[in-house]
Amino acid sequence: MIDEKLIAKITAEVLRRLNAAGTPISSGTGTVSRRLQAGDGVLPDLTAPESKAEITLEHMVNRDLMEQMKRKTPARIGIGSAGPRMNTRTYLTLRADHAGARDAVFRDVDEALLREMGLFTVQSLCTSRNEHPTRPDLGRQLSEDTRRELRSKCQMNPQVQVYAADGLSSQAVDMNLRDILPALMDGLQDYGISTGTPFFMRFGRVPAMDAVSEYLGAEVTCVLLGERPGLATANSMSAYIAYKAAVGMTEARRTVVSNIHSGGIPAVEAGAHIAGLLKTILERKQSGVDLQL
Amino acid sequence: MDTSMLSVGIDIGTSTTSMVVSRLHVRNTASCFTVPRVAITGTEIVYRGEIYQTPQTGGNRIDADAVASLLEEEYRRAGITPEQVQTGAVIITGESSRKENAALVTERMSRLAGEFVVAAAGPDLESIIAAKGAGTARYSEELGCSAANFDVGGGTTNIAVFRGGQLEDKGCWDVGGRLIRVEKGRISYVSPRAALAAQDAGVFLRVGGPAEPESLRKVTDRMAEVLCEAVGLVPETPLCRTVETGEATPMHLKCPVDCVSFSGGVADYVYHPSTDWFRHGDIGPLLADSIRRSALFTARKVIPVLETIRATVVGAGSYTTTVSGSTIDCVREDLLPLKNLPVLVPGKETETEAGLGRGGALAEEARWFLQESAADNTVFCLKRFRSPDYRKVCALADALAEAAGALSPGAPLLVLTEQDYAKALGQALRRRVKDRPVVCIDGVRAEEGDYLDLGRPLMGGMVLPVVVKTLIFGK
Repeated sequence: MIDEKLIAKITAEVLRRLNAAGTPISSGTGTVSRRLQAGDGVLPDLTAPESKAEITLEHMVNRDLMEQMKRKTPARIGIGSAGPRMNTRTYLTLRADHAGARDAVFRDVDEALLREMGLFTVQSLCTSRNEHPTRPDLGRQLSEDTRRELRSKCQMNPQVQVYAADGLSSQAVDMNLRDILPALMDGLQDYGISTGTPFFMRFGRVPAMDAVSEYLGAEVTCVLLGERPGLATANSMSAYIAYKAAVGMTEARRTVVSNIHSGGIPAVEAGAHIAGLLKTILERKQSGVDLQL
Repeated sequence: MDTSMLSVGIDIGTSTTSMVVSRLHVRNTASCFTVPRVAITGTEIVYRGEIYQTPQTGGNRIDADAVASLLEEEYRRAGITPEQVQTGAVIITGESSRKENAALVTERMSRLAGEFVVAAAGPDLESIIAAKGAGTARYSEELGCSAANFDVGGGTTNIAVFRGGQLEDKGCWDVGGRLIRVEKGRISYVSPRAALAAQDAGVFLRVGGPAEPESLRKVTDRMAEVLCEAVGLVPETPLCRTVETGEATPMHLKCPVDCVSFSGGVADYVYHPSTDWFRHGDIGPLLADSIRRSALFTARKVIPVLETIRATVVGAGSYTTTVSGSTIDCVREDLLPLKNLPVLVPGKETETEAGLGRGGALAEEARWFLQESAADNTVFCLKRFRSPDYRKVCALADALAEAAGALSPGAPLLVLTEQDYAKALGQALRRRVKDRPVVCIDGVRAEEGDYLDLGRPLMGGMVLPVVVKTLIFGK
């Protein structure tokens, strides 16, 4: 049992002694706050790559080696600590990254981008941004109206149907679509593969592609979708691909190309790679774990 | 899915010739949910040849026929045929790498050594591969330090400094065990460079004169000191640059050296001293002793090596081949292998122009380059674009398609990008270039003056084996 009175008493005593010794109570000043000082009245952006590359650990035996390790991983290494806890700066960076991840989920894809790419928008059964993360079951279904819209606007029975969806990171779509989509479509055209009409699906989850595939009669369906943001990046996109996708099929039938972002595989290169992959899937007539590359 | 390549390394040095056969294991190291990432995951030496005296025909010329028959015998012993060999390198080193020798040996080797084993020489490359073969490059990576390997051979000492696994600098000095030779207690040969070192040390050497360890030690002491000067352990004297090997890029080391290692024939006596000074009829053991007494050995951490006399040949067999990035564009496998392709690194302005879709300057540069290098073809090497967007990739393709006009009709357009966008660029190029094949790869670093060999694709066309050769026969 915690005796609150006792704790209060001890705290008061500690504070009294600290004051008596003339020690300033505010801890963690010194180096931490010095590093966080703003130059020219501008606060440093803790989430900037330069800021993250900085080593905040002090008194290293081998700085060279630490720098090499830092370059090899986006993980938070070489950060030091304040006793058993994170330094203020590390903590703030973590909070900033977390905020970035939340923002990526709760914002919409840039309308201007969709216009630029010539994509029309459909929506899953989810009705709001807030409902979307909590109702994956709705995010995989399409209404009767949406089906009709797809059928009226899209070319039916293509060899490959490509579309984009926000998934859990609208930001990933914003960052990658402009490069991955044309690279992919041009690549498919080079291979002589007929492609359907690309579009954008709002509040879309991966299995919505099964419904799309059925409605449009696509041989292969490929959705370019924003992945759930992590603390390393909120810009990661994946391509989920299935041969003759059907509602209720097993997840094992999906082929996935993940980690598409500037720190992973660049969107341009991913587009070219996926074009080749789609060609192989069409040739072999299989996808997912059945497809041994 | 795993595969392997049979690789042959052949080292034809001033004093010795040797061969190793390695197996390079190649694997896709990425998970099946990402884009493949194929890498050489390990090397295994399957045959370790004898160390032979390099056959000479007098006047410092290699007896190419004798070398060839010697290697034929080695192939037989290793139980392999030239057809089985997929990659590797012939390194003609030290004083053997003089032009007339190199040309002679290259001609003789190309028939013997399999379609992708290539004659490569030049002191710069030798320094690097000796340090890799000795294990010094890896040591510096694993321990995060800077380490210099001294490959002390018969005619030259090749120095390569690695820091955190990355090459920092390389150089070559005419310091070696067989620069002075001894027969029946008398000096039988003094190389011109050794004479300079002797003169500097105040020792008068005469062919036919008595071989006294005391006076010769003064010469080898001076040689060892030159090596200390080379890596900045002691202040540089004029002699240091005088005996720097002419064909090598002058070395100007910027980082301090933490650790040193020794490979090459003389290294055995550095690690295991012998006082039987003239057992090989040269000054090798004396030079090793001088090195042991020098600052190199006493003021720096001396690290163990994996190979001594075979460091270069193991490096040639196991560490010269890399693989390209795993998303590349190479549709026409029958084009490969392609050998000895000079690398064209466009100037900064030319490359910027190309990024805007204008290839005129690039074509001009290519035309000039092909004429200068007297080569049939070249590899356009794009180094400056960092993750270009699709618009830029298309612009680059426009420019390269225009620049391809500088190549002879029907010759393949070969492109190497340092960053990961070769597949996208390759596809964009094939859309534009219809009158010649296109090979576009990435993930390999090459510099101006390098030459590339491209091997047959591996793993179902995912990657190409690539050998980057630095300055084939010197400048």
